[in-house]
Amino acid sequence: MFEASELNIRNRKIESLFRILFLLMAGLLILPVAIILAILTYKGSSVISMNFLFTSPTEGMTAGGIFPALIGTIWLVSVALLFSVPLGVAAAIYLSEYARDNWFTRIINLAIINLAGVPSIVHALFGVGAFVLFFRFGTCILAASLTLGIMTLPVVIVSTWNALQAVPMAFREACWNMGATKWQTIRKIVLPNSISGILTGIILMVSQTAGETAPIMFTGAAFFLPQLPQSVFDQTMAMSLHLFVLATQVPGVPEDVPYGVAFVLIALVLVMNSLSIAFRVYLRGRKKW
Amino acid sequence: MVTAMASLPHIDNPVKLAVKDVAISYGGRTVLESVTFDVHEHEIFGIIGPANSGKTSFLKTLNRMDIFNPSMTFTGQITFNDRDIRKWRNVYSLRKRIGVVFPLPVGLPLTVYENVALAPRLSGVTGKADLDIIVERCLERAALWDEVKDRLDSLGSLLSGGQQQRLTIARALSQEPELLMLDEFSIAVDPVTTMRIEDVLKKLKKEMTIVLVTNLVQQARRLADRMALFLDGEVVEVGITEDLFAGQVKDQRTKDYLDGRFG
Ligand SMILES: Nc1ncnc2c1ncn2[C@@H]1O[C@H](COP(=O)(O)OP(=O)(O)O)[C@@H](O)[C@H]1O
Ligand SMILES: [Mg+2]
Repeated sequence: MFEASELNIRNRKIESLFRILFLLMAGLLILPVAIILAILTYKGSSVISMNFLFTSPTEGMTAGGIFPALIGTIWLVSVALLFSVPLGVAAAIYLSEYARDNWFTRIINLAIINLAGVPSIVHALFGVGAFVLFFRFGTCILAASLTLGIMTLPVVIVSTWNALQAVPMAFREACWNMGATKWQTIRKIVLPNSISGILTGIILMVSQTAGETAPIMFTGAAFFLPQLPQSVFDQTMAMSLHLFVLATQVPGVPEDVPYGVAFVLIALVLVMNSLSIAFRVYLRGRKKW
Repeated sequence: MVTAMASLPHIDNPVKLAVKDVAISYGGRTVLESVTFDVHEHEIFGIIGPANSGKTSFLKTLNRMDIFNPSMTFTGQITFNDRDIRKWRNVYSLRKRIGVVFPLPVGLPLTVYENVALAPRLSGVTGKADLDIIVERCLERAALWDEVKDRLDSLGSLLSGGQQQRLTIARALSQEPELLMLDEFSIAVDPVTTMRIEDVLKKLKKEMTIVLVTNLVQQARRLADRMALFLDGEVVEVGITEDLFAGQVKDQRTKDYLDGRFG
């Protein structure tokens, strides 16, 4: 009797020890985010102004704003999305809902895993070879966005696949039993109940895409190009490359400016993420199980 | 002493479902074999047997759900409306004619209304007025209408277990099935609701044919006109329920099973 309760006390102590340990570990995660945000806000917010956001860089990029880079990033990300979202979601639907476990499916899965493991600089070289040279797009938004799109395809496929798999099998079977085709089941039950997960993956992909530098450097992003792109066959400036250039390539840039660019880039990503969270909360409010 | 066999009014009805020498296997492992019996229109045909005797697998075969499982195969012949179920041009129309109720109610992640309206919608019914009529009628027949008529727009999954099971029955009815298959429907349902559903089934029998898989011997006795006993991977007995309970059995194991002297 007495021994058992001593054991209980010891177990309780170990239990709370581990809980605190894990809590600390999780808490540590906040630290880098907080520090980055603090530094960027502290050093960068002073340069943010309407002028900074909505004018072109001047005087060898040591003054003026970032408007062409901002617009360029939006172009690059949007065109990349137009390519990778339909393709990635379709591939994930095939893999999750239609594919049987055979050699073909296994090869596709292997390809996705390998694609995810390719470093971005290798994607850049592939983009140059395939889109710039072979398809003769030249260095332009289209070539850069396709490169970005291919690079982020695994993210879209895997996250969409996970979202689809989270829908209980019993729902599908109940539908099939009613005489629904696979596509009817996907449209009426599977997609409506996985859409928030799918969107999360897409938003993650947007954040990743907005920050990439290597894949666009040789395929479509320009060092300095004050006018805005008119079509996908134009080159463009981009936030990520602009930051890299200001921080390492151009002498005489005021110290605060790169921080300002980074601040805007992060703000862009944070806004996207918050939008997705808000949207997910909205969708979860309507979640049906 | 020879007692007269009980006679049943519907025994002369046309055969709805003819099962001939069917065997089912998963990845080459046979789990059920030599299944042979006919199910007549407007009868409740009971299937009883211990767990893992192949009852659920048999139901899955009837509406060709085996197609979704590459390792599942069946041999022998099953005809529905005198047509070999392998030869139905499209399995979807076969499945539409067969309603299924699972052991655990699967409320689709939809409102009560949409749960019942889904099958008609899939078949192309779009008018709100038409759907309203179908939904009310099916919920009515499943003895659920009075309880949910004021909350048609709330989620089906918020209903109680017994209500959800009746919702799945209403959903099955919305297909206008010719055959209704129930797989151990009362496993997660309270006794009162079980009795209500049993009454529902007795009424539905006038409109359709019912195959009732149950692990409750007494439920089979209350409902089934005829029944089969699945045991050790085969069908050991097929007969009129009354006769079987009166002891007129071909196989001694049936008597033991019905008397609860098994295992
Ligand atoms: N999807 C499956 N894959 C492999 N074996 C299965 C599968 N489903 C059922 N079985 C096997 O088939 C046998 C019969 O199962 P089941 O039809 O569920 O019986 P019951 O419904 O009578 O309990 C069991 O031995 C079970 O392990
Ligand atoms: Mg079963």
